[in-house]
Amino acid sequence: MRAEGRALRGVVALFLFGGLVFPIFAGLAQTARAAFGVMPAIGADNYNLAPWQQLFALPGFGTSLRLTLVTGLGSSLLALVLATGFCAVAHGRMSNAGMARLLTPFLAVPHAALAIGLAFLLAPSGWIARALSPWATGWIYPPDLATVNDGNGLALIVGLLVKEVPFLLLVIGSALGQMPVRQHLAAGRALGYGRGLVWIKIIMPQVYPQIRLPLFVVLAYALSVVDMAIVLGPSNPPVLAVAVTRWYAAPDTALILPASAAALLQVALVAGAVLAWLAGERALRAAGLWWLRQGGRGQSSEPGLKLATAIVLGLMILGALSLAALLVWSFAWRWSFPQVLPQSWSLKTWMTPGNGWGRALGTTLVLGLATTALSLALAVAWLEGEDRARRTRASWAGVLIYLPLLLPQIGFLYGLNILFLGMGISGGLSAVIWAQMLFVFPYVMIALSDPWRALDVQHVRAAAALGASPARRLFAVKLPMLLRPLATAAAIGFAVSVAQYLPTLFMGAGRVVTLTTEAVTLSSGSDRRVVGVYAVLQAALPFVGYGLAFVLPAVVYRNRRGLQGGGA
Amino acid sequence: MRPVLIAALSLGLAGPFLAGPALANWADTLAAAKGQTVYWNAWGGDARTNAFIAWVGQQTEAKYGVKVKQVKLTSTADAVTRVISEKAAGNDSDGSVDLIWINGANFLSMKEQGLLYGPFATDLPNAGYVDLGPQSSASVDFTVPVEGYESAWRLARFVFTYDSARTPEPPRSMAAFVDWAAANPGRMTHPSVSDFMGATFLKQALIELAPDPSVLQQPATDESFAATTAPLWAWYDALRPNLWRSGKSFPENQSVLQQMLNDGEVDFGISFDPASAAGAIAEGLLPETARVFVPEGGSIGNISFVAIPYNAANREGAEVVANFLLDPATQARQQNIEVLGSFSVLDPATLNPDQAALFAALPSSPALPSLEALGPTLLEPHASWMTRLTAAWAERYTK
Repeated sequence: MRAEGRALRGVVALFLFGGLVFPIFAGLAQTARAAFGVMPAIGADNYNLAPWQQLFALPGFGTSLRLTLVTGLGSSLLALVLATGFCAVAHGRMSNAGMARLLTPFLAVPHAALAIGLAFLLAPSGWIARALSPWATGWIYPPDLATVNDGNGLALIVGLLVKEVPFLLLVIGSALGQMPVRQHLAAGRALGYGRGLVWIKIIMPQVYPQIRLPLFVVLAYALSVVDMAIVLGPSNPPVLAVAVTRWYAAPDTALILPASAAALLQVALVAGAVLAWLAGERALRAAGLWWLRQGGRGQSSEPGLKLATAIVLGLMILGALSLAALLVWSFAWRWSFPQVLPQSWSLKTWMTPGNGWGRALGTTLVLGLATTALSLALAVAWLEGEDRARRTRASWAGVLIYLPLLLPQIGFLYGLNILFLGMGISGGLSAVIWAQMLFVFPYVMIALSDPWRALDVQHVRAAAALGASPARRLFAVKLPMLLRPLATAAAIGFAVSVAQYLPTLFMGAGRVVTLTTEAVTLSSGSDRRVVGVYAVLQAALPFVGYGLAFVLPAVVYRNRRGLQGGGA
Repeated sequence: MRPVLIAALSLGLAGPFLAGPALANWADTLAAAKGQTVYWNAWGGDARTNAFIAWVGQQTEAKYGVKVKQVKLTSTADAVTRVISEKAAGNDSDGSVDLIWINGANFLSMKEQGLLYGPFATDLPNAGYVDLGPQSSASVDFTVPVEGYESAWRLARFVFTYDSARTPEPPRSMAAFVDWAAANPGRMTHPSVSDFMGATFLKQALIELAPDPSVLQQPATDESFAATTAPLWAWYDALRPNLWRSGKSFPENQSVLQQMLNDGEVDFGISFDPASAAGAIAEGLLPETARVFVPEGGSIGNISFVAIPYNAANREGAEVVANFLLDPATQARQQNIEVLGSFSVLDPATLNPDQAALFAALPSSPALPSLEALGPTLLEPHASWMTRLTAAWAERYTK
């Protein structure tokens, strides 16, 4: 039994290091080589600093850098503040399950689809302007206002907030689930602290350590997002990650070297931002302690909480309208400004899957199912290996899981592609499945870990006492009992796979066409109706996944009340 | 070989196409191509082009057993980068790119680095329909000699699109845009100059404003660039403050600009396709009153080509597709505004009456300009001008 557990752990370790950790570092190494002047394919063989000098001299580089920092740090900080404020008001008024139902659509919808919908909503010719024109605004033509792709990245920040606030709400919610919040609140209120103050002074300090890692994921993501920034962000110059993607794709191949330098800088940027955040934490801790000891009470934070709640609800309404806009466009024929609804409707795009969306849908499904199944198998093997060794997870292993989520994709994907090319697997489905798994597996693992540990060991012990082998205990007891979390983890993994843009683009050599790559490509085209179809499909797939994850356990265990679980 | 001969004879091809070893090799090419799948890397932002490429695939599969899969690019440079990374990885014979829709700077870059297979274009059986004289637009791509490394596909002419109901009197020259924009601030723009069409907008103005346009046919030097572009920058500095968003932000490409024209956000679109307005009307993407115009002195024209990377895995299939694109029936279908509306690259003098009739029978549209209305075709400047122009623009206006 001991040997079997060891073999399992060995296999997991092999897959993990060979399949997930090694490619990331190898890709990073390739990028770093190019960043310091070595890329034999384009005749660059000497280590030097020229790529960096070139990078710093590229027009708009400074602005790109500033935009990245402002949108990345700004959106993350705002998301944290807004999520905290909203939780303070909503927690206790809404059941956990109700909260999850409210948040799931926002978590499920891919960034690209949301961004495309949001762009149509906010644009000067967008739905909001149409609804108000010309009766309220006097606009016969769309006004010359930078409401999307604005030079300060505000639209991008809004887009990021619509996705990140719900994510943080979910994370905070699950942290709160492990705390006696009601007692803390009651005690605080009894001592004369207002609801908001109890929240800030007592509850958040306990929640924060548990949401810190997901928060860094949000920060890293916001600092290096590409697809959403292409659609919503400033264009001249764009944020750094988009600029790097463009430089990699420029006709002038000499730009690959400074692009690699910028990709490496992007990694450094995320690392620097995390360090700065940690320094901020320290400062806040000292200041907070002083503030706590002052013992100030009262209701002074109420207006702030109300404002945060209103903004969060506003963001959710924006998100919902964005998705509605996509749907309306996909059925439109002529829809000119300032009509609130299309003048003529058509099913043409929906009726012609042969024009491309049929194949893209098929590929997306295959990729999603394959990456999800493989990630789920690996996650189960890992967790089972831990169980059999009766070990808890080493902290380095925890960080390892988060590694692909913390490193900017652009930092290692181009290098990884060169590696894959050398192995002869670039441009195929397998390369894309592999690359997507780098990002799908961590989410599956994170989603599955807590429920797995929360499983009542008495059942497993009882099975063991009855003589069940370890394998039988896994397949006949653990996995069936964990059906709901397994289904949820699978739905999350599937949604992550559907949303992947850069890994599919780089590793698929453009041959692997998914709904996401097509939607982003077409979003820089002239036909919103076609984009609408792709984005609707892209958004719908994860919904179907979550729906199945919700329905499946309920159907399978319709006669097992204890296994249907509430919010697990 | 026999079917080709019969087909060639039945089409009434003249002798020169039958002579030489090229055609014998062609039979081998056809045999090798059978069963191949050609990955055609082509900009994917235009649904009609995508549909046309899909149709080409159906035809070549039925006729020659060659399948075509379009790899839809956001930018042609993506494909160039891919070939470079393949070369980096030592993949010299099994490349993922078989055929690229290419011209200008990307062609120059690939040709200079030896990333292209060739010469092949002059050996294609249908090359006889194309005027390949030394000064013809099919022999010189942005003044870079083609030398058989790419094969002509479609003709491009720079045009402006506009809504005649909204703008009855569009400006008649690039210079006149300054006054127009001053009278209608925020109502016009051009695609980002990092985009090919944005750069072409500048080049169109450069040709019109240059003190001596003939230097544009030579590679740019520091002196000639400074002297020739000085009036351009003066013009642009006068125009820019009145552009959409005060010239601080630009739409990513011509398609986005067309959408803005459709929304009424601006009053002019830009296209390299004279039939674009007619096509967009048919697709419901522009109002019925959309039309095209060109500046009085004429506009830039060039030919879009297809090229084959040196390491293409399905080279023979790619040659078959390149040849099929030059078939008079293919070119006539391509020129049909209900299909693609892209002007033919064939030399009308080489067509027999039946082939010429295919073109004569094509449908027309009020939004489709006549060849006379398009005025003279201006030659593309040497590719070095565009590279410098893009860089200088970025330096001046990207802060």
